[in-house]
Amino acid sequence: MSATKTVRSFFLIELIKGFALTFSYMFKKSVTINYPFEKGPISPRFRGEHALRRYANGEERCIACKLCEAICPAQAITIEAEPREDGSRRTTRYDIDMTKCIYCGLCQEACPVDAIVEGPNFEYATETHEELLYDKERLLANGDRWEAQIAATLEADKKYR
Amino acid sequence: MPKLTIDDIEVTVEPGTSIIQAAEQVGIEIPRFCYHDKLSVPANCRMCLVEVEKSPKPMASCALPCGDGMKVYTQSEKAKQARKNVMEMLLVNHPLDCPICDQGGECDLQDQAVAYGYDRSRYEEEKRAVTNKDLGPLVKTVMTRCIQCTRCVRFGEEIAGVSELGVLNRGEHLEIGTYVEQMVTSELSGNLIDVCPVGALTSKPYAFAARPWELRKTPGIDVLDAVGSNIRIDARGGEVMRILPRLHEDVNEEWISDKTRFAVDGLKNNRLDKCYVRKNGKLQPASWEEAFGAIAAEAKKRTFGAIVGDLADCESIIALKDLMKELGATNLECRQDMAQIDVKHPAGYLFNTTIAGIERADAILLVGTNPRTEAALVNARIRKTWLAKHIKVGVIGQKIDLNYPYKYLGAGPDTLAELSEGKGDFADVLAKAKNPMIILGAGALRRPDGYAITALARKVAEKFNMARDGWNGYNMLHTQASRVGALMLGFVEGDEASWQKVDALYLLGADEMPVENIKPDCFVVYQGHHGEKVAARADVILPGAAYTEKSATYVNTEGRVQNGLQAVFPPGEAREDWQIIVNLAVALGHKLPYATLPQVRARLAEENAAFAKVDEIQPVKWSAFGKAGKCDAKPFGTTVANFYMTDPISRASKTMQACTEAFLNAKPADDEKAVANG
Repeated sequence: MSATKTVRSFFLIELIKGFALTFSYMFKKSVTINYPFEKGPISPRFRGEHALRRYANGEERCIACKLCEAICPAQAITIEAEPREDGSRRTTRYDIDMTKCIYCGLCQEACPVDAIVEGPNFEYATETHEELLYDKERLLANGDRWEAQIAATLEADKKYR
Repeated sequence: MPKLTIDDIEVTVEPGTSIIQAAEQVGIEIPRFCYHDKLSVPANCRMCLVEVEKSPKPMASCALPCGDGMKVYTQSEKAKQARKNVMEMLLVNHPLDCPICDQGGECDLQDQAVAYGYDRSRYEEEKRAVTNKDLGPLVKTVMTRCIQCTRCVRFGEEIAGVSELGVLNRGEHLEIGTYVEQMVTSELSGNLIDVCPVGALTSKPYAFAARPWELRKTPGIDVLDAVGSNIRIDARGGEVMRILPRLHEDVNEEWISDKTRFAVDGLKNNRLDKCYVRKNGKLQPASWEEAFGAIAAEAKKRTFGAIVGDLADCESIIALKDLMKELGATNLECRQDMAQIDVKHPAGYLFNTTIAGIERADAILLVGTNPRTEAALVNARIRKTWLAKHIKVGVIGQKIDLNYPYKYLGAGPDTLAELSEGKGDFADVLAKAKNPMIILGAGALRRPDGYAITALARKVAEKFNMARDGWNGYNMLHTQASRVGALMLGFVEGDEASWQKVDALYLLGADEMPVENIKPDCFVVYQGHHGEKVAARADVILPGAAYTEKSATYVNTEGRVQNGLQAVFPPGEAREDWQIIVNLAVALGHKLPYATLPQVRARLAEENAAFAKVDEIQPVKWSAFGKAGKCDAKPFGTTVANFYMTDPISRASKTMQACTEAFLNAKPADDEKAVANG
């Protein structure tokens, strides 16, 4: 052991340095936030809870092309389709198993009409598994609830797509 | 024989071969829309342009016959650029609505746009829109998607023989239409869907139901007529979504009839999915043990007879035959319509010429049959032959609506008798013909003098030298998929009506039998997949599998043995038919000597060697079938009154119901009238 090292360890230099650094943060701005009352910023590309969107006139966007179902690597999406009374192509069933989903965002990239999107919401923890098996009704309700934010994020990210 | 090079590969072809065909022979794919193997060549899509040396402009390879010393380049810059430009023009008026289009995923335009087109569009002007046409309950139209390849028009004119579709207007306004508002009334109209390279013509019953990548594809054999069309069964999960044709040049080419294609929704309705036993006069659901127990209790007291229905597979027929032998039954019957068909002479009940052989014929005599409704693809083959060389067709029986001209000779056996003596104009035609054919319908034999009529038909065949080395022009056209198989397995014992006397009957899907002729105290076991009036008469019902639900062997009217594979599982407690019979045998204290499918098939081959050779036709020896006798002067009847509903599956189908309403009830066709009269 060299002389310098002995002196250092004898006078607890490292320890004092460490405490000094810690102490200096007493005078800096706090970085922690008071969740859930405060929330951190999220990117417009954040991939949170799924939603099915509608057009401004209330018509659902999804046309049952099944591209999201086909691309889903976790096979979390299940779709059944049939002609609606007016002859248009619509889903009769649109289920996402949120516990299978890996939040890769391929579904929203595959969607030709921006119907299925992963919105900004990440606070949907549930107590049971069943509650995380989303059906079409739930997804459309999500869409209605988050439409303003979703439209804003899509707009913000538009020029990069 | 011209010798040319395509992309530096040398190839020698038959004279008259087009470049597109020659390229196919050496494995080079040239994109195309309007060109189709089985149709004439209009060369109007221009997608197949290739560069040919010394030619200033790119050439349409579908319409250019190969010449000696030609040098063709399919991958040169010039050819590639030409195809890109054609693709861009085709897409100018195409709506690009692939996400809502049923063709999406199996669309020629989609695939070729990816492979040969630009990756983006430069077109920003208005696209044109075209009004949709109502082609009936089977074909859905979205005419804006049409790229005017005219395949549908040519299919209608050449294969189906209906000229309802045509090209209207010119240039920008060109569209495919029906001149006046009308439906396409053809029994082959479903093939328009396959022929259309884009999503302009799609299947109406299948609309939006599934995507091609979700489907499990299983090769099968159709049982709704006796042609034995090769089909592809597309299923998703446990549900059959659609039926498509499989290419078999000797049977169905690449077409199937509308019934084959669209009757599948009948597999979901009216199904038997559990056993039933009659208790206190009412059918009650029961377990397999109870059902077998009920049969075992009666089998001790009674002697069984058995009848095989129209959709039965050969495995279950042989199992039933072996079981009945064990039980000492003497009445076996596969002719539930009581047609007098001689089981001992294969030459008398087979379609000896073979379906492909029709193309060699030069005169055809139809006796008591309407091939258009009884076997639409045999009729398509006759039409193809007529189109190629204008063969002479004569008809004895009902006046029918055929899609080629024919000479009407008479209504009944008298005309046939005259012909057998060489009287009449048509006798000259047959005498002069090199390869004359006679096609005898099952309708002509469903009468007490059936054997005499068979003998008469044989006399005609012999008179005009139809049966000789290298050509057998005598044909029996069946309408039931199981009939020839059952005859080949010898499932006939006793005469046509003797089953009416037995005190216990085993019915294997015999849905067309005259149920009122069953003795009131007869114990009836029904094994089948649809609950109809015969099942309602039964004392025990055993739920069997339909043709998509079992791996089974069928023999078509030519005697061609074909195997289909299981696509989905039978519903509920239903089981494969031959297994039910094997298990029942155990319950009755007998043991059949097979437990696996290969073992049953070995037993089939043991019973009749023809079963060992799948998809091969062995010519049969000519023999003296039929029984000469006096014929009733009564005119021949027809077998199929309603093409769309001939069996339990098509009767349970909503699509077939809609077709009956649209095509037959709304506008009585000629043969419908004929049936009403006859």
